[in-house]
Amino acid sequence: MPRSDTKDTQDLFPAEPHAHESAIELRGSVFTLSVLRIHSNELDVIESQLVKRLSKSPQFFVNAPIVVDLESVRDIPAALDFHRFVVLLRARHLFPVGVQNGSALQYEAAMAAGLAVLKGRAMKEPPAITPLISSQPDPIVSADTEAVSQTQAAPDDRATPASNTKIVQQAIRSGQRVMARNSDLIVLAAVNAGAEIIAEGNIHVYAPLRGRALAGVSGDTQARIFCHQFEAELVAIAGNYRVFDDGPPKELRGKAVQVFLDGEQLIVAPLD
Amino acid sequence: MATIIVVTSGKGGVGKTTTSASVSTGLAKRGFKTAVIDFDVGLRNLDLVMGCERRVVYDFVNVIQNEALLKQALIRDKHCDNLFILPASQTRDKEALSKEGVGRVLDELRDSFDYIVCDSPAGIEQGALMALYFADEAFIVTNPEVSSVRDSDRILGILQARSKRAETGSTPIKEHLLVTRYSPRRVEAGEMLSLKDVQDLLGIPLIGVIPESEVVLQASNSGVPVIHFDQSPSGQAYDDVVARFLGESRPMRFLEPERKNFLRRLFGT
Repeated sequence: MPRSDTKDTQDLFPAEPHAHESAIELRGSVFTLSVLRIHSNELDVIESQLVKRLSKSPQFFVNAPIVVDLESVRDIPAALDFHRFVVLLRARHLFPVGVQNGSALQYEAAMAAGLAVLKGRAMKEPPAITPLISSQPDPIVSADTEAVSQTQAAPDDRATPASNTKIVQQAIRSGQRVMARNSDLIVLAAVNAGAEIIAEGNIHVYAPLRGRALAGVSGDTQARIFCHQFEAELVAIAGNYRVFDDGPPKELRGKAVQVFLDGEQLIVAPLD
Repeated sequence: MATIIVVTSGKGGVGKTTTSASVSTGLAKRGFKTAVIDFDVGLRNLDLVMGCERRVVYDFVNVIQNEALLKQALIRDKHCDNLFILPASQTRDKEALSKEGVGRVLDELRDSFDYIVCDSPAGIEQGALMALYFADEAFIVTNPEVSSVRDSDRILGILQARSKRAETGSTPIKEHLLVTRYSPRRVEAGEMLSLKDVQDLLGIPLIGVIPESEVVLQASNSGVPVIHFDQSPSGQAYDDVVARFLGESRPMRFLEPERKNFLRRLFGT
């Protein structure tokens, strides 16, 4: 399921002093949507296969918002009847909300049927073999262009890395900032007070975490933070953060913990 | 070919200059030809602590700007023949320390000295950056309190990222933790971080602990490096530091509060 590209913009709209008086509030947010990719324009074929697919997990998709990916049928000249398609999906308890990767004509027809056009990235097939060089982690960036020199890349003997993971073996010190784009971040040494570690994926710290850790910064609400010894100043997942003014609570301090999102609530729970 | 040692801390007032004076004296006393350079341009102190302030004619900035020769600016220490002081300028600012200029002076010193000790100013500005840039080894001077430890952590990050060794990808600077103004009594009372706390937070090898002592202040005021006070715990602790730096193995001392013995307590001495 691709994520929408919308950045979590909650903090870009700080509450105005008179915010309570206004009837509306406009906020950006990130949602995970199921994408239905169709490879045929024939609705009967789609319907019969859909019924078959849904019967495998009938509860899972009930009332699920659906985005229809048109990439495979974009160049098929026969027009797709979006009105009928919407009715068909609704009848199966799916909520089509939009389309993506279609042609201009398809977009027009989709909008006429009440569907939004989503400008999401096309869902690419996973690359067959990622060249090793691209699995090389980004250099550590920092507010004042410092770079920790001994960042370790994933071992070179792995021909097909399962995922990109950035591994840092050296202590991350006050004032330093480590960023892992498109990947998880694993730190094997202490993250000291005043340091900041940021990942688009999960964060693991197998040492004391005393600084700030921000996981899922591009909006991945499923991202988690794991650490061996919890003493953090701040933790955040997908923009939901928690600060520990007087240090972490006693029952968590120095413990192995994980941090995750439960709805909008950020949970810090011991790992044992 | 000299080894360049930077004495740094991030925070001010923790004992960088005291340490520079004593470590350079200790090295010179053991027969190594040593130069100690004050990088604190505009707030020079090393000459005072070394007791040579009245003999300063030319300074580090004069040499960098080719207004004086190195040998004209170097001041021979009054206690050790092997020790030379390159004082800072009091009338310039730290921007006068250019990377090229500092590199040139250090290169010139490297040929004829065994050790070059760079006394860094506080902060993370030009003076501090230049003091650490060319270093081979570093003394991180830290007091057992949180702000000092935090600043030391910051400066360690800079050593590991912005020194010449980091930029050229050669062997990293060798780091030594030196805890100064350590008061075992106050640690016991919970008023100070313990040695273990400091070590846990910074995670670099410990080279010594200098106990808090009035002698250090007296020594500074009289212009004699405290290592010359070989009857005082702080003087002895600095001697241990130099010995350990040169590879000798000496146990850590002065980590426990001094207990007055029974008779002394009785007579109140």
